Amino acid sequence: MNAHQTNTSKQGNNGKLKIALAGNPNSGKTTLFNALTGLNQQVGNFPGVTVEKKSGSTTLKGGDRQSIKVELTDLPGAYSIYPKSLDERVQCDILVNTTHDDHPDLVIYVADASNLKRSLFLCTQLIDLGLPLVLVLNMMDLVEKEGDNIDHQELEKELGVPVILMSARSSMGLDELKTKMLGEIGQSQKRFIDEAEIETPVIRKIQKIENVGVYQAFQLASNYALLSDERVKAEIEKIVDESRFNALQYQRQETLARYKKINLLLTHILRHGPEGQTKLTQKLDNILTHKVWGFAIFLGVLFMVFQAIFSWSEYPMMLLEEFFVILSTKLKSILPEGVLADLLVDGVLAGLSGILVFIPQIALLFFFIAILEDTGYMARVSFIMDKMMRKVGLNGRSVIPLVSGVACAVPAIMSARTISNWKERIITIMVTPLMSCSARLPVYTLLISLAVPSKTVLGFLNLQGIVMMGLYLIGFLAAIGAALVLKWIIKARERSYFIMELPVYRAPRWSSIGLTITEKVKLFVFEAGKVIIAVSIVLWVFSSYGPSSKMQAIEDKYSTEQAAAQYTPEEIDSRIASEKLEASYAGLFGKAIEPVIRPLGFDWKIGIALFTSFAAREVFVGTMATIYSAGNEENTTSIREKMRAEINPGTGEKQYNLAVVFSLMIFYAFAMQCMSTLAIVFAETKSWKWPLVQFTYMSALAYLSSLIVYQVLS
Amino acid sequence: MLGIGEIGVIDSFEDEELSLKFLEMGCLPGETIELERIAPMGDPIAIRVGKSSLCMRKAEAAGITVKFVENGR
Repeated sequence: MNAHQTNTSKQGNNGKLKIALAGNPNSGKTTLFNALTGLNQQVGNFPGVTVEKKSGSTTLKGGDRQSIKVELTDLPGAYSIYPKSLDERVQCDILVNTTHDDHPDLVIYVADASNLKRSLFLCTQLIDLGLPLVLVLNMMDLVEKEGDNIDHQELEKELGVPVILMSARSSMGLDELKTKMLGEIGQSQKRFIDEAEIETPVIRKIQKIENVGVYQAFQLASNYALLSDERVKAEIEKIVDESRFNALQYQRQETLARYKKINLLLTHILRHGPEGQTKLTQKLDNILTHKVWGFAIFLGVLFMVFQAIFSWSEYPMMLLEEFFVILSTKLKSILPEGVLADLLVDGVLAGLSGILVFIPQIALLFFFIAILEDTGYMARVSFIMDKMMRKVGLNGRSVIPLVSGVACAVPAIMSARTISNWKERIITIMVTPLMSCSARLPVYTLLISLAVPSKTVLGFLNLQGIVMMGLYLIGFLAAIGAALVLKWIIKARERSYFIMELPVYRAPRWSSIGLTITEKVKLFVFEAGKVIIAVSIVLWVFSSYGPSSKMQAIEDKYSTEQAAAQYTPEEIDSRIASEKLEASYAGLFGKAIEPVIRPLGFDWKIGIALFTSFAAREVFVGTMATIYSAGNEENTTSIREKMRAEINPGTGEKQYNLAVVFSLMIFYAFAMQCMSTLAIVFAETKSWKWPLVQFTYMSALAYLSSLIVYQVLS
Repeated sequence: MLGIGEIGVIDSFEDEELSLKFLEMGCLPGETIELERIAPMGDPIAIRVGKSSLCMRKAEAAGITVKFVENGR
C-alpha cells in the first residue's frame, strides 16, 4: 500500500467504515442501496436520476469481526471515471481523491449483467485505482431470459475480486454480498490494464513525487483540477504543464486499450444464447416515439395525470375537510374559553388543516411522476422533445426538471445537474419555478372552487379539471417563453450535446414507488408543516392584536345602548371581530400595501396572504383560514364557504368574483414566492446573481400579468 | 449517413471532443451500429450499439465515421 491509500482520513471522523455504491446509470444501484439500508429514496429509470449524494448505514456480520456498522453512499451513475457532467464529477472526486471525506474503504460495483461489456469498463477503472471492490452482477434474471451464460467464477479469477450474482428486484445474493464485503476491506488487488500501455515519463514523474500507482498517477494527471489538496494540485499542474500532457488523447488511448482487454476477457466468460429479447422495448418505442402517437401519448399521459389528480382526490379531500371542521368545533367546546383555545384552534389548527387536506393530491402527483421515471418512459419523452427544447435554449434532458417541477421546484432544480451544458442548465434552473408546483395546487384548488362551477363538459371532463390543466399549461408556456428570452441574453460557454442511453422498459417497482410517495408526503407535511405552524401562530397574533387604543375604540363603539338597539348580539360580535381584524397589525400591514396591489383586484386581506406566502405558497390557504377565523367566531363552516360568502364592501358584490380569482391564480402561477427555491438556486449556481434575477423577472411577470387579467376581466 | 435499419461499422471519430464520450459508451472502432430510429421531429436519432440503445443529435452522430454499410432488415 502506498502513502495515498493509507492516509488517516480514510476511516472518517466517526471511525465508521465507508462503502460506496458505484456503477452505470440504470444498473440498479439505488434499488440495491434501498435493500441494504432500508432507507427511503427515489429509484428512477432515467439515466442520472441519482444526482445527489445519498447515505445510509447498515450492519454487516463478519466471522471474527462480529457485527460492524458501516456507512453506505450511493454515488451518481457514471460511464467512466472521466467526468463530463456535474454528477459524474461528484463520483470522480470521491473515488480518485483519496483525501476526500467520502473516499470509500470499499466499493460495491453494481454491473448490469445484461450489458456486461460496458459495465466492466468503469469497474476495471476502479480496480486499477486500487480500490477494494466487490462486483455485483445485477439483473441476472434478464441474462437468463436472453439465454446468455456468464462464467462468473472465471470472471472472479480474471478480475481478482469477488463476483456476486444478483437480481435487485428480488433479494437473491443479498446475504452473500453482506458476508463477503468485510473480507475485502483493505485487500490489495490485481490490476486489470497493462500498466506498461499507459506509462509515460509524465506518469513516472508523478508517481515518484506522489508515491502512487501507475493508474492513480494517470488519474491525477487527468483530473488534478478536482483535487482539494492545494499542494498536490500545484505540483501536478506544474508537471503536466511542463510536459504538455494531452489528457484527452491519453484518456482515449486508455479507453481503447481497456475495451480491447475487456473484449478479450468476454470471449471466454460470456456465451451468447439465441437472439435477445429486447424486442418488446423496440415495439413499444415504435409507438411511444412515433411522429404522431409519440406526442399524442405524451399529452394524453399528462392530461390523464391531471384529471386523475383532480377527480380521484376529491372524495378523500372532502372527508379530511369535514374531519377538521368537526375537530375544531369539538376542540372549541372542550377547551376552556380564552387566549390558548383561540391560538390553538384559530391559529395552529386552522393553518394546519388548510394544508393537510391536500395530502391526497400531492401523493397522487408524486405517484405518477415516480411511475413515469421508473418505467423508463421519461427518457423517451426527452428523446422526442429534444429538438423542440433546443429551439428555446433548453435540452431534451430539461424535460425531467420541468416535469418534476410540477411536484416541487427544489428537487427539480437539483435534477438539472445531469445537463452537462452550462447555459442549458442555467436556463433550465431559471424557468423551472414557472412550472406550477404542488404548493400551488392547494391555492389553485381553493380559488377554482370559488369561481368555477363543478360541472361535466363534453360528457366526461370536469370543468374545474380543465381550468386546473389550463393553469399548468400557462406555467409551461411561460417557462418556454422565458427560456427563449434567456437564450438570447445568456452567452454560451461550451457546445451542447445530447448523448444518452434509452433504457429498456421495465415494470414499475411498486414497493420503491410506495417508499418514494411516503417520503415525499412526509417531507411535505413536516417541512411545510413547520413553516405553516410558525407562520400561523405569528399571523394569529398579528391579526388578533393591534394598537390598543384602536381596539378599545371598537369595543366602546359597540357597547353603547344605541348599538345594542340597532343590531342583534350575533351581529355585534361579528362586526366587532371584523373591525378588529381591520385594526390589527396584520390589517395595518395589508392596508399599507393595498395601494400597490389594488390595480390587480386584491384587497388588504389578500395582501397579508401574499406576504406570508413567501415562506411557502401553500401558506396562502392557511393564512386565509386564519384571517377568516379571526374575523368570525363561528368555526363550523370551511374556509371555502367563508371566502365564497365574503362581500366586497365597496361594490356590495362578491369579493372573490371571476376577475379577482383569475388575477390571483395568475399571480400565484408566475410569482417567485418560495424561499427554498431561491436558496437551492443559490446553492446550485454558487452565486446570488441568479436567484436575484429569477426573483425580479418572475415578480415583474406576475404583477404585469395579473394587472392585465384583472383589468380585462373586470 | 445510415438510413433506418441500416447497419454500419464504426471506423473513426472526426469529433475530437465527443470521441471519448462515444468510446466510453461502447461505440468503439470496429463495432457494429444500427440506426434504430429517428425522433418525430427529425432529430435526435437512436442507434443500437451492442446491447444498448443510445440517442444523440444528428450533429453529434455526424462525428462518427462509418466504414461499411449494409441493409440490416
